Amino acid sequence: MSQDHSLNPETMPQEPEKATLEGKNKFLGLWFFLGGETVLFASLFGTYLALRNSTAGGPASTDLFGLELVFVMTMLLLTSSLTSVYAMYQMKNNNFKKMQLWLGITALLGMAFLACEIYEFYHYIHEYEFTFRSSAFGSAFYTLVGFHGGHVVFGLSWLIALMVRNAKRGLNLYNAPKYYTFSLYWHFIDVVWVFIFTVVYLMGKVG
Amino acid sequence: MADNTNTNKVNSYHKQKSKDEMKKQLISFALMIGFTIIAFGIVATDVIVDKMFIVPVLLLLAVVQVAFQFYYFMHMKDKGHELPSMMIYGGIFAALLTIAALSVIVWW
Repeated sequence: MSQDHSLNPETMPQEPEKATLEGKNKFLGLWFFLGGETVLFASLFGTYLALRNSTAGGPASTDLFGLELVFVMTMLLLTSSLTSVYAMYQMKNNNFKKMQLWLGITALLGMAFLACEIYEFYHYIHEYEFTFRSSAFGSAFYTLVGFHGGHVVFGLSWLIALMVRNAKRGLNLYNAPKYYTFSLYWHFIDVVWVFIFTVVYLMGKVG
Repeated sequence: MADNTNTNKVNSYHKQKSKDEMKKQLISFALMIGFTIIAFGIVATDVIVDKMFIVPVLLLLAVVQVAFQFYYFMHMKDKGHELPSMMIYGGIFAALLTIAALSVIVWW
């Protein structure tokens, strides 16, 4: 336990997430990962754009989508992005309790988003009988939006695990990079959602 | 359990600096909300009828909003983000190629 002191310095550096070599590596590693994720989502978006008119006689995007719910979901996710910015601000102020509080709000907003998405899919399946197997449009839609939803689920599990595991530790140079990389990932989820609400819902409504 | 010497000591210069940063991030959040409302408004109110015009406008609004997200929320404008920028722009390059390829296939 000889490195405890170096991980718990008396004065926190200004960027605790990048103060250790491990932190720097985690920071770069996550950005590398996000570069790859960009390509992954691009292939799903490309597939969706190619297949969005192949409805095989089933429901089309103009029949299905309602803008109200999508607007609420967008606000929830956008606000959760801001609350995780606040959490990182409190990390820089070395205020662990407030950071955990803001992250808790982020988690709640993320769960609310997820609940809306589950309701939306449930609604499509039961009201319109629009499923993954309805048409090529259905497969492309559920793959793209579902993949994003899966990322939200993963992000929430990551966040809750981080918060619970470090609750008694307080902020130190060992876990600061972990929190910081999570916040980057969470912002990226919002980036993807911006394109989903634009390309899938708004452009789908336009026809 | 390690001895937890966490104090709330933060250099006041740094504190002010991150406060200013937070203000900028709040402004970018307000702008992002604004862009979102404009985008939804355009589609909900049918102010623009021409489809050839509405789609590029929506995409432009999305790109600007995402730029704010990357540069302000994810700090890509700060120094020490050369490699992250390279990764993201590399990703965007491959993404554009992918989307272009898949859309062109449909035209054929």
